[in-house]
Amino acid sequence: MLLISCPNCGSRDETEFHYGGQAHVPYPENPDELTDRQWAEFLFYRDNTKGSFAERWLHSTGCRQWFNMLRDTVTYDIQAIYPMGAPRPVPDAGEPADFGTASLAPDSTTTGTTGPSVASTDLGPAEPAATAPKGAMK
Amino acid sequence: MAKTTAHTVRDNDLSRRTSPAAPLADAFEAGSVAGVVELREEPFLTMVGLRVQRGTEVGERIAAVTGGLPEASGGVSGNEDSSVLWLGPTEFLVVAPMEAHETLGGTLIQSLRDALGDGAGQVVDLSANRTTFELTGSRARAVLEKGCSLDLHPRVLEAGTALSTEIGQIPVVLWKTGDESFRIFPRASFADFLGRWLLDAMREFASPEVP
Repeated sequence: MLLISCPNCGSRDETEFHYGGQAHVPYPENPDELTDRQWAEFLFYRDNTKGSFAERWLHSTGCRQWFNMLRDTVTYDIQAIYPMGAPRPVPDAGEPADFGTASLAPDSTTTGTTGPSVASTDLGPAEPAATAPKGAMK
Repeated sequence: MAKTTAHTVRDNDLSRRTSPAAPLADAFEAGSVAGVVELREEPFLTMVGLRVQRGTEVGERIAAVTGGLPEASGGVSGNEDSSVLWLGPTEFLVVAPMEAHETLGGTLIQSLRDALGDGAGQVVDLSANRTTFELTGSRARAVLEKGCSLDLHPRVLEAGTALSTEIGQIPVVLWKTGDESFRIFPRASFADFLGRWLLDAMREFASPEVP
């Protein structure tokens, strides 16, 4: 069982997630100009990488948000989790995986165009947000 | 005939309604162990699905009705009339007593619609989507731990936290309402299975503890 660190919810079991296939497959700019072969390759042809592979995941039982994950297909080591729309991180560049930021980038799959303001909304009885979401397993 | 008109809308409605776990009501009562772990269904709570961006103008208008919108995963806000559970960055679930529903004369849903206006978002009546189980007692956590992979220990999961997760492989919203009380929101079609699953998980606590 993989423990996947959802950017919104923290670590959860793999069974709460759905796999979304290879990430960074751009939709063709002019799909009607493609040949059948090119269209078929866009639709059906994906890399079969041995090693570091960028893929999409959906936290379907939790926050229902998409995010990208860089995973080693041999060791199952999760190397990075980053928002939809962000470029693929280079694991060897020393940039550590960012596990704490919600995917609220303008071109992510969330509906808003800006990050949430935390300024003026009364949180009521809820505790102030800690670094890790409550219920997250360390 | 005069007597009939004296009946409220509520009397008429409720007599025709059957909650998703109603067939298990007797089993819940028989399977509950007083003071140790008790299970019952809280039927027909008013639930409203909200899709709105926090911090925007329309978000502030909605928050004024609900008593705030929770900021992050696990958050619950609300006022004396209703509670708002965080489901996603732009998705919230309002939970209110049965009487808040518009068919019973409540104004909650309409006031949320009014607050939304033509802003970006959604206000959807989801009262029939899920039913509510109330699991209480000193061993309630032990029952849930048989089928929930979250860390339910009080040092991690504080009262007043609600999380979407799985219990017994059923997707639910789990709301810890007190130190020893949980509300579980399964979808209506899963209520029978999850009710039986919980009863089975509770069975051992009816027996004397083996030292």
